[in-house]
Amino acid sequence: MKARIHLLLGSLSAALVAFALAAPRVIAADKVDPVADAKAFQNFFFQKFPNVKHEDFVNGPYSMNEDMKRQWQEKEEFPPYEFALEAGKEMFSTPFKNGKTYADCFPNGGIGIRQNYPYFDSGEGKVITLELALNRCREANGEGPYSYVKDEMASLTAYMAYTSRGKLMDIKIPDDPRALAAYENGKRYFYTRRGQMNFSCASCHVQSPGERIRAETLAPALGILNAMPIYRSEWSGMGTTSRRFVTCNSQTRAVSLEPQSDEYRDVEYFLSYVANGLPISGPGARP
Amino acid sequence: MKLSLGLAMLLALSLAPSARAASEADYKAAYAAAEAASKEAAGMRNQWTVTVSALAAAKRAADGGDFGRAVAAAREAEALARASIFQAVSEKEAWKAMEIR
Repeated sequence: MKARIHLLLGSLSAALVAFALAAPRVIAADKVDPVADAKAFQNFFFQKFPNVKHEDFVNGPYSMNEDMKRQWQEKEEFPPYEFALEAGKEMFSTPFKNGKTYADCFPNGGIGIRQNYPYFDSGEGKVITLELALNRCREANGEGPYSYVKDEMASLTAYMAYTSRGKLMDIKIPDDPRALAAYENGKRYFYTRRGQMNFSCASCHVQSPGERIRAETLAPALGILNAMPIYRSEWSGMGTTSRRFVTCNSQTRAVSLEPQSDEYRDVEYFLSYVANGLPISGPGARP
Repeated sequence: MKLSLGLAMLLALSLAPSARAASEADYKAAYAAAEAASKEAAGMRNQWTVTVSALAAAKRAADGGDFGRAVAAAREAEALARASIFQAVSEKEAWKAMEIR
């Protein structure tokens, strides 16, 4: 009888110790910790591709393939986004009908600020992307909004990215539960499988960067937005971050969401935050 | 031999009702079920493009009077919509398995 009680107590103690050891991990797994996330995210790519310079991840597929990189470097002498860049510069400095310009809507006159977008607006309780801020600027000055996916919006963001080239992504998550919720929502969106193909963003850009999907070499998720907007040969034109999300969704056979929907804004927030410390390289060019 | 022929005829007769041509009423019922499932998927922000295409194909076939094809497309749309709902529900937790930690 005594032996049985000892055995029972021993088992109970072992179970308690096991629970005590496991419990903090369970709690940690469910706690939103963007700093730890970003560190783990970056380390994953740095370890998976030890020969890629850290700042080179922002060049997407070119960081994964030397041949493609050489071709791209040659193309950069006459980059396909040049027309958009020139148009964006002109649009940026052309006054609205009321005489004001985009510069009046942004800190530092809109120059060299790309690395701070998107940001969390504590007043509104939502993520504000650069594209959204540009259209709000237009509407506040009596102008109609632009399409979020290409053309004028791509030109404007191309110019703003260009003035920020080399600056390190610097996204802040304020001490506000709504900001953490937006970040977490973006993270969930990034890892959630969708569409008939049952793919998440991570299926391609975490599990398979450097691999081919049909004729394309997949870009790593790390720094993937630092090059936005991009000229894409596949599109025969420029596209914004919104366009990238919309086409990614449709490629998995999921109905895409509205550009600048909460989900897209939040996933942009997540992806930009985990790329903190990597340089802005936009506008970019992709196959 | 006579017995097996009789059994075969009996079997053929018993299957006959299910092999009849689909009617407009069949199409309407199949389409309504597919549309309801599709709306549920859209409400979960997890609609699939192929569901939308199958629904459109069902409507096109019905407009052309081909209710057999319309019912088949509507049933396909419903199955796709139900799969997308299953995906959305299971991914509520399953996404965490993919997360880089």
